[in-house]
Amino acid sequence: MPVTRRDFIRGGVAAFTVSFAAPAFLSDIARAQGARSRSLVVVYLGGGNDALNTVVPYQDQFYYSRRPTIAVPAGQVLQIGTDSGGRALGLHPRLTGLQGIFNEGRLAIVQRTGYQNSSRSHFQGSDIWGTANPSNSTTTGWLGRYLESVPKDALSGWATTREVPRALLSKEVSVPGIPDARGYVFATPNTAAEGLNERAAAQRIASHVAVDRPHLAFVNGTATGAFDTLDRVASVAAYNGTVAYPNNGFAIALRTVAGSIVRGTGTRVYWVQTGGYDTHATQGAQGGGAYGNLMGTLGDGLAAFYNDLRNQGLLSQTLVLQFSEFGRRIAENGSAGTDHGAAAVMMAMGGSVRGGIYGTAPLLNPDLNNPTLENNGTDVRYETDFRAVYARVLDNWLGAASPAILGGDFRTGAPPIV
Amino acid sequence: MARSETGVEHLLRRAGFGASQDDLKAFEDTSTSGVLQYLLDYERQPDDVDSKIGDPAYASINAGGGFSPNLNIEHARQRWLFRMVHSRRPLQEKMALFWHNHFATAYTKIAAAAGGAQATRMMASRSDELPGPQGQIELFRSMALGSFRDLLIEVAKDPAMLFWLDGRLNTRQRPQENFGREVMELFTFGIGHYNEFDVYAASRVFTGWNLRLVNRGNDANSYYEFIFNANQHDTGEKTFSFPVYSNGNRTIPARASSDGMQDGIDFITALATHPDTARRLARKMWDYFVSEVVEPDETTLRAAASAYLQTGTRIESIVHFMLRSREFQNPGNWRTRFSWPVEYVVRAVKEVGWAGFSVDTLRGPLTTMGQTLFEPPDVNGWELGPGWFTTGGMLARMNFAAQLAGNQRLNLVRAVGGSASSPESVLDFFLDRLSPAPFDQSARSELLTYLEAGGAWTGSDTQLRTKVAGLARLIVGAGEYQIV
Repeated sequence: MPVTRRDFIRGGVAAFTVSFAAPAFLSDIARAQGARSRSLVVVYLGGGNDALNTVVPYQDQFYYSRRPTIAVPAGQVLQIGTDSGGRALGLHPRLTGLQGIFNEGRLAIVQRTGYQNSSRSHFQGSDIWGTANPSNSTTTGWLGRYLESVPKDALSGWATTREVPRALLSKEVSVPGIPDARGYVFATPNTAAEGLNERAAAQRIASHVAVDRPHLAFVNGTATGAFDTLDRVASVAAYNGTVAYPNNGFAIALRTVAGSIVRGTGTRVYWVQTGGYDTHATQGAQGGGAYGNLMGTLGDGLAAFYNDLRNQGLLSQTLVLQFSEFGRRIAENGSAGTDHGAAAVMMAMGGSVRGGIYGTAPLLNPDLNNPTLENNGTDVRYETDFRAVYARVLDNWLGAASPAILGGDFRTGAPPIV
Repeated sequence: MARSETGVEHLLRRAGFGASQDDLKAFEDTSTSGVLQYLLDYERQPDDVDSKIGDPAYASINAGGGFSPNLNIEHARQRWLFRMVHSRRPLQEKMALFWHNHFATAYTKIAAAAGGAQATRMMASRSDELPGPQGQIELFRSMALGSFRDLLIEVAKDPAMLFWLDGRLNTRQRPQENFGREVMELFTFGIGHYNEFDVYAASRVFTGWNLRLVNRGNDANSYYEFIFNANQHDTGEKTFSFPVYSNGNRTIPARASSDGMQDGIDFITALATHPDTARRLARKMWDYFVSEVVEPDETTLRAAASAYLQTGTRIESIVHFMLRSREFQNPGNWRTRFSWPVEYVVRAVKEVGWAGFSVDTLRGPLTTMGQTLFEPPDVNGWELGPGWFTTGGMLARMNFAAQLAGNQRLNLVRAVGGSASSPESVLDFFLDRLSPAPFDQSARSELLTYLEAGGAWTGSDTQLRTKVAGLARLIVGAGEYQIV
């Protein structure tokens, strides 16, 4: 019987509540140290991204023969040169903004990232990427463990999702889930002055120690977390950005993150998620259709975020890291979609990124001896362990010690993306 | 006096959505076991809750342009919420909610492919109101406690599911793995009991399970219905890593395409009767009915699973087992579940009041709390238990409490009536009407302090109007109210 997230929280409740009992000045110190320092923005593509249509090996004949309907035509890809193996690559045609960033040398693409015996389950896969532990994916998250290593603060992490992802799960730090700062206010049925009375009472009730009721303590902890972050998040709510963001949830979340960085809330790790990548069917032909729309949402949102931060002069202290729980099968299925596969691409973007193409593209020849494939030539085999990329980000960007956080040394062979 | 924690109220919170004042009155002279019997034998109660929609004695609905819950998803949501608030068969709605999470199917994907009206039909249509098969949620309601094997067969044929997990696109030449994988990983025995080759084989089993559109082009009369398309069925044998037949045989034999549907029946029967499916269902129902804090012991799980297997996969066997168990009755296990947003808002409406309150008002708050009905985040369902509670989710609950309290202000003032003489009497009134888990002494005194914040208690109309809404929002928005 696998351990559930709930089992974990049950065990972690005591420590969790203690962190909220820390003296207020600790939070102030944390805020002062965190403000205007580096931040990591994770962009998670939920559902398993069809990476072969994100970064297209457009000169591989097997790409076209195995994807007769859904392949992106060679003439449409946005060329980005060749990898170290000499394989020509192109971005999906809807990623025009990312091509520009690539050309500026601020987009790194790491091909064939994954791990041995890749899980084809969404839920196990995302937990493995979240915990950085393929053999026991029911532990704390890798970013949660990072947040444990820095001064505690109620806003040191910020998930722009309603559910806080496994990656940010910690025994000591509670990460708030705030999709849009504009809705993050304490409402009252009465006047504003009376609302303050209600808020004061609610805050005091939530801060009482719930003796022998750890689950109540946990719930109260989330209320306390809300009260501890309301005012700082309110300072972000009015942020409109220096560029026009597209009107969708992903871009609004990125605008919220930009606002938080600009206002100096001190948040170190943000989690942004965009879904719909489980493209089992009709994912679109000629670079269009459903997958084209996904790429448009991704590329346009990231480009707006990048340009906004550049205008604000904050690009060099922001790193975006993108991944998904798995890639998809090489061959399309009978419904012009792709089923669950293995390795995929990771990307990093930001003013301090060493752009370029890392790793090599798979050869898509369905030969059983093809070393770049697995599962009888149906799926892409990983070349770079995803934890090596995590390690690089932890060590070289966040200034942490990756072996302790990842539970092993993955620094060797890590692509030098930052 | 604060309302005491009784077995009846515990039962109504767990096997239903809590108790209104009327419910409490109705069960005043009934024993706990009598109430349990009432809840379990819900077929004896008339299934007439929909006929109360529009009656001013009940919560209202917002039916701009005419109420059409079989064709408009927002109306379907209102109908289901209305049922949860007012049904005389609360366990039926509670089980429908359980299955909605277990077979988590989301409207948006279906609507993108088939249009909103057809998608609503597939999710929620009543077959006595519109031609065509019943919607998925009606399927769950009608088979809520019956045979899990039969339910799983109906789910595999369910138009909403055939859209949701792409079964309609599964072809002989190139099988589609979406349903074949999830029927094992999420609907039955779970991860760890199958391998990738089983996924391929399972996908081939369901080739030909498809849909046709009847009366195309006429929205009121057109609908999707299941057909078995023998031409698209893969007739070859399919071998699994686990036994499919009771003699231990792991291979579904090659069959003529006309008999091909039997592949799926055999396979579903194997999955439904697998001991690990029994165990997994028992565990999920433990969490749903008994506790999310206390672990079930091995004997309990084994006994519940064996009841299920011995009754030919009857779901009611597990539900009965859980609700009758000593662990369920043990007060130490009361208040050890984290209420789902839907459970929370429905209970709050039942307790605070619904006169002049539209269930459509629940739409925005539920989304912010993380639970839009007919829109689970993915096929794995919602992240339950503590997963519901983030700072944003908790803030949404506190704000919903404020909204409901403001909406019911005048009704609450009227109800307080003669109990307005002192802060203590007002607080006692509310702790009797509402059902938070017990507040400890210090939290209780904070509530009293609040009643006099801004001025000593006079019981004036103005003060009462302000403070009843404020107090109701504090209680319903407190952590103590979130655990059930």
